[in-house]
Amino acid sequence: MKTMIIDNRKVEFDKEKNVLEVVRKAGIDLPTFCYYSELSIYGACRMCIVEDDRGKIFTSCSTIPRDGMKIYTQTPKLRKYRKVILELLLANHDRDCTSCNITGRCDLQKLSRRFGIDNIRFGEMKEKLPIDDSSHAIVRNPNKCIHCGDCVRVCEEVQGVGALSFTHRGSNLKVSPAFDRNITDVNCVDCGQCRTACPTGAITVKDNRDQFWEAVQNKDKRVVAQIAPAVRVALGERFGLPPGEVTIGKIVSALKMVGVDEVYDTAFAADMTVVEESNEFVERLSNGENLPLFTSCCPGWVKFAENKYPQLMENISSCKSPQQMFGAVVKEYYKEEDNKNNTETIMVSVMPCTAKKAEAAREEFEVNGIRDVDIVITTQELARIIKEAGIVFEELEDESFDMPFGMASGSGVIFGATGGVSEAVVTRLLREKPNHTTKDVIFKSVRGMEDVKEAIFNLDDREVKVAIVHGLKDADELVKKVLSGEKSYDFVEVMACKGGCVAGGGQPAPININMRKERAKGLYKIDRTSFIKSSENNPLVNQIFDELLKDKKELIHVHKKNLQKVES
Amino acid sequence: MLDLEIKESVDSIIKSRGAEQSSVISILQDIQTQYRYLPEEALDYLSTQLDISSSKIYGIATFYEFFSLEPKGKYIIKICDGTACHVRKSIPILNALRKELDLKEGQNTTDDLLFTVETVSCLGACGLAPVLTINDKVYGSMTPDSTVEVLNQLREENKDEN
Repeated sequence: MKTMIIDNRKVEFDKEKNVLEVVRKAGIDLPTFCYYSELSIYGACRMCIVEDDRGKIFTSCSTIPRDGMKIYTQTPKLRKYRKVILELLLANHDRDCTSCNITGRCDLQKLSRRFGIDNIRFGEMKEKLPIDDSSHAIVRNPNKCIHCGDCVRVCEEVQGVGALSFTHRGSNLKVSPAFDRNITDVNCVDCGQCRTACPTGAITVKDNRDQFWEAVQNKDKRVVAQIAPAVRVALGERFGLPPGEVTIGKIVSALKMVGVDEVYDTAFAADMTVVEESNEFVERLSNGENLPLFTSCCPGWVKFAENKYPQLMENISSCKSPQQMFGAVVKEYYKEEDNKNNTETIMVSVMPCTAKKAEAAREEFEVNGIRDVDIVITTQELARIIKEAGIVFEELEDESFDMPFGMASGSGVIFGATGGVSEAVVTRLLREKPNHTTKDVIFKSVRGMEDVKEAIFNLDDREVKVAIVHGLKDADELVKKVLSGEKSYDFVEVMACKGGCVAGGGQPAPININMRKERAKGLYKIDRTSFIKSSENNPLVNQIFDELLKDKKELIHVHKKNLQKVES
Repeated sequence: MLDLEIKESVDSIIKSRGAEQSSVISILQDIQTQYRYLPEEALDYLSTQLDISSSKIYGIATFYEFFSLEPKGKYIIKICDGTACHVRKSIPILNALRKELDLKEGQNTTDDLLFTVETVSCLGACGLAPVLTINDKVYGSMTPDSTVEVLNQLREENKDEN
């Protein structure tokens, strides 16, 4: 074991990649803006500076720890430098904190408090740049950007999209899409991972709370909400609960309190997706057409494929995503009644995802002038709605979902974690096999946070190969291998975000690997304790297929020919 | 839609430089040589061919002073404004040129796309100060008058060519 001396204390270290990790392990929370352990090291914000015994100052994030190193984290020089860095950042920063979307959760604000910056000596010099709110998913305010590059690196290194880059030079440097276009006019997939990494309010979730309030406060409208699986294991974090803590009962009662008429579970529609997509898969397996089948539940992935691999459109499942299926079914369910009474049903979905906002707004998700989903709010918007209403979340009594769309199988719930969709489909395909065969496939290869997972099993004497990938960069690499013939699969599950929906762009941020694991664990816990394990055993799903959707299957499918490619 | 001609010329440039991400700057230089600027469509197309995002290519194109996203003139005049040239009065030359070419503030290229005027920080020819280059031909010990004279010569030559 190697040791170093930090602030006159002996600290052991072993595999830590940099001095910063060692310092943090020693219980000292060195400030950073641009450091994320899962991204490349950038060393731009200079907040993590330390001083060695010779008075040399360097950034701890970009320094490899050496045996016998002697460093200080709090010296007069460091304190002065950190304060000047903050002052300089603030000099160019929009200072309208009270009206900022992320006030109270902003790292710049927190560190300014922590270092006692109560007077900024430098006047605001910078010209105001236009705000880009063209997207349904995110809003970019370049005036709040501190050039830490977190969004640029997430988009490039994790998502392989590269919608944002550092452009121009020197004092004109900024983070922008290609040719300073609007974010909707480039290859952005709306995943919102940039906003989970942004330490300030430069990238925020598009706020749809006003539409939500307008709907619930209008007595002529029937407001029906659906809640995605991943929301229930993350919302609690905003109220001081640990990641993965399941708060679904409280979420249902909070939504009822603010005026939602009926609250349902998106996992119900996930069950429908499993049944429908499995049928589609079996059909493709038997006729050998359009394999591998790629999943269609993740709108970030669908848009990524449209932009980069339009030739794959036929391979992507024609099933609508659970969110859109749910909307279509609920609208159909209330159609007659609404027509008779001249009322209107508003579908609100509560999602962990920013891309779901963009998905709901897509042209093709409208039947005869009726949109499948009207309003999408993210987990973090719901937290703010609850706070705005003055509801003491921690003290709420649990309430259960409404019927008939409130009952879901465990398979539907685990959709929110990477591998969940595949697990549900595998469970259904192997439903006639002994239980241990299925369990074997699932626990050996489907669950877990590895970048790419593969599962192979036999179905009617045919070997079926499944691949599970999360994070678009890894998905991109996998697709390249499939297209080149290097890899061959029958079914590929893609989730745009690392870890799946539990780490979506609309979830409470920041998100790290442990939080992803804990949130996923929360979903698997629900699965373990649910009465119905497998989607096709959900009696209400079967009823919907037999009655409501009889001869109307097109309601839950989307025809890819309508999809438009965005010129990137 | 992508212009077929742009696609073909970008393709041949990529072929000559090799379709490697590390060749991006040389490829951009060749595109700029061909078009006298970097057309947006060419960069978008290049991004798909090299698998580098458009935004990153835009970042490179806006980082280097050499690259231009707007069409440049047939004659690119670079006036040295390094210390030596500056003290030997390079700014009056610049002003004379801009006045002669009727360039408005923020405009560097004439409307007929014949001339572009730029300043550079040092051409490394301080012995010839004040110095300027026109399409890589060096003109030393210039004055405002001699510069306008060169300008008129070029205009004449260009008239003959047409």
